[in-house]
Amino acid sequence: MNDAAISVSGLRKTYGEVHAVDGLDLEIRRGEVFALLGPNGAGKSTTVEILEGFRKRTAGEVEVLGQDPQRADRRFRERIGVMLQNTSGRSFLTARESLHHAAKLYPRPRDVDETLAAVGLEEKANVKPQLLSGGQRRRLDVALAVIGRPELIFLDEPTTGFDPEARRQFWRLIESLTEGGTTIVLTTHYLDEADYLAHRIGIIARGSLVALDTPAGLRARAKAAHVTWLEGGEAREHATSEPSAFLRDLLARHDGEVERLEVRHPSLEDVYLDLVGLGGVATSESTGAAPADAEEATA
Amino acid sequence: MTATVTSPSWVSLALDRLVVDLKDFTRSREQMIFIFAFPMLLLAMFGAIFGGQTLGDTGVTFSQYLMAGMVASGILNTGFQSLAISIAIDRDEDVLKRIHATPLPATAFFAGKIAQILIVSAVQVAILVAMGVLLYDVQLPSAAQWGTFAWVFALGTAAATTLGIATSSLLRNAKAASAILTPIVLFLQFTSGVFFVFTQLPLWLQNVASVFPLKWLAQGMRSVFLPESFEAQEAAGSWQHGLTAVILVVWAVIGLVVAVRTFRWQRPEDR
Repeated sequence: MNDAAISVSGLRKTYGEVHAVDGLDLEIRRGEVFALLGPNGAGKSTTVEILEGFRKRTAGEVEVLGQDPQRADRRFRERIGVMLQNTSGRSFLTARESLHHAAKLYPRPRDVDETLAAVGLEEKANVKPQLLSGGQRRRLDVALAVIGRPELIFLDEPTTGFDPEARRQFWRLIESLTEGGTTIVLTTHYLDEADYLAHRIGIIARGSLVALDTPAGLRARAKAAHVTWLEGGEAREHATSEPSAFLRDLLARHDGEVERLEVRHPSLEDVYLDLVGLGGVATSESTGAAPADAEEATA
Repeated sequence: MTATVTSPSWVSLALDRLVVDLKDFTRSREQMIFIFAFPMLLLAMFGAIFGGQTLGDTGVTFSQYLMAGMVASGILNTGFQSLAISIAIDRDEDVLKRIHATPLPATAFFAGKIAQILIVSAVQVAILVAMGVLLYDVQLPSAAQWGTFAWVFALGTAAATTLGIATSSLLRNAKAASAILTPIVLFLQFTSGVFFVFTQLPLWLQNVASVFPLKWLAQGMRSVFLPESFEAQEAAGSWQHGLTAVILVVWAVIGLVVAVRTFRWQRPEDR
């Protein structure tokens, strides 16, 4: 059996003069949790919607679970689960009813009550949908995406608008649901989310992939530490892969305190911002007045 | 993973969609009021204003004439206006996109919708007929007339539903749908022999209305609910059953072709 859940080559999507996706190549393996990152308008939602079979591509080859999603048939839909970017507010069905009816569409669905429990909605199972909070509706959306026991799940910005604690809970939920070889394609704006959940991260900018690596691999790309300090009232900055040696020299040149001395190791976020072409902003931004310790911040 | 899995049958999917649509409908207060209470109110109101007038020397009162017309326009309201607006809202709010992401076949989706429209329309007709019989001395139709009712109702619903689905795709969004469809339906109701007696309209207006299905639907319903003696009062001096069937079928086919060619699961900017 083909090892790739998704393979994309030369993908292009053009709206008039605008190239939303411009020559994208990508391969996602079965069982992999893959995160697609990129600024708004970079083409990540367009790409995901082409993979989901919602949008037609202008050019390129796309295979999802061995099929062309543009000709998505019933069999294809039975094998994928989709969580859209926005939650629908318009339903008169309770969470249990929604899942009950959704389960009937699939050949071998999960158990409705078990799924409700898995997403932590068992107490809200019979509540009117208007009375669910935003986070609870998102959890219902996840439940609906996994009820058919899909081989491949798309999660499009699943935690946008969540508070940090709710996001952590949500990540654990995704983890628990994905044991057993399910492939997951996730888009997100949150680097910590991609870092926590994904095996590999693809960064998309201006319609094509600018990086494809593991979270650790991406972080390792930024070797240089940034040393910043004030000298004669003027901000100074130096990038080096040997900050200790540089500091020894720096301290030797100064008597007493070096004002606002800071050594900062680039975070995943700095790497990301560099890659999408916004790097200048990130590296000049100080993390605060307190001297950074030697530990690497992981954003 | 390659083990053969049996997908749920088409019939069970369509039936389950019907259940979902009926739940949605009965739990949506606006829909219930618009579909069931509004026609009752109109019938009672116009009945109170003009009800006693008899039309010519036929012994038929305006209330009886109106009831037949309300049955016809109810089919149009439910199958055309209300369906088009609700599909447009469902498209705007990504409900359709969500359904499209599931294995539900489009044909099962529409079968469920059409079954729901048929049930809702039948209840609506029953309410109006009950009002007619209890309040306005309408005689229950004979067996032959029920036969006429069956095909007029079926063809009328088919035309209204396919046109409703077609229209939902042609309009930009749900707001545009209700802004454009409400006056269209109102125009048809005023000119097709629902709120006014058709033969009292200027001839040119009669000709305009005769292009559209509601005129034929209303005339067909009059042939079911009014005494046979009224036939001579019709514009053509006849119920024109043959022509009615032809025109409703033509509209249903136009609606079906446009609906199949233009239907979209997603908003225009989302494709």
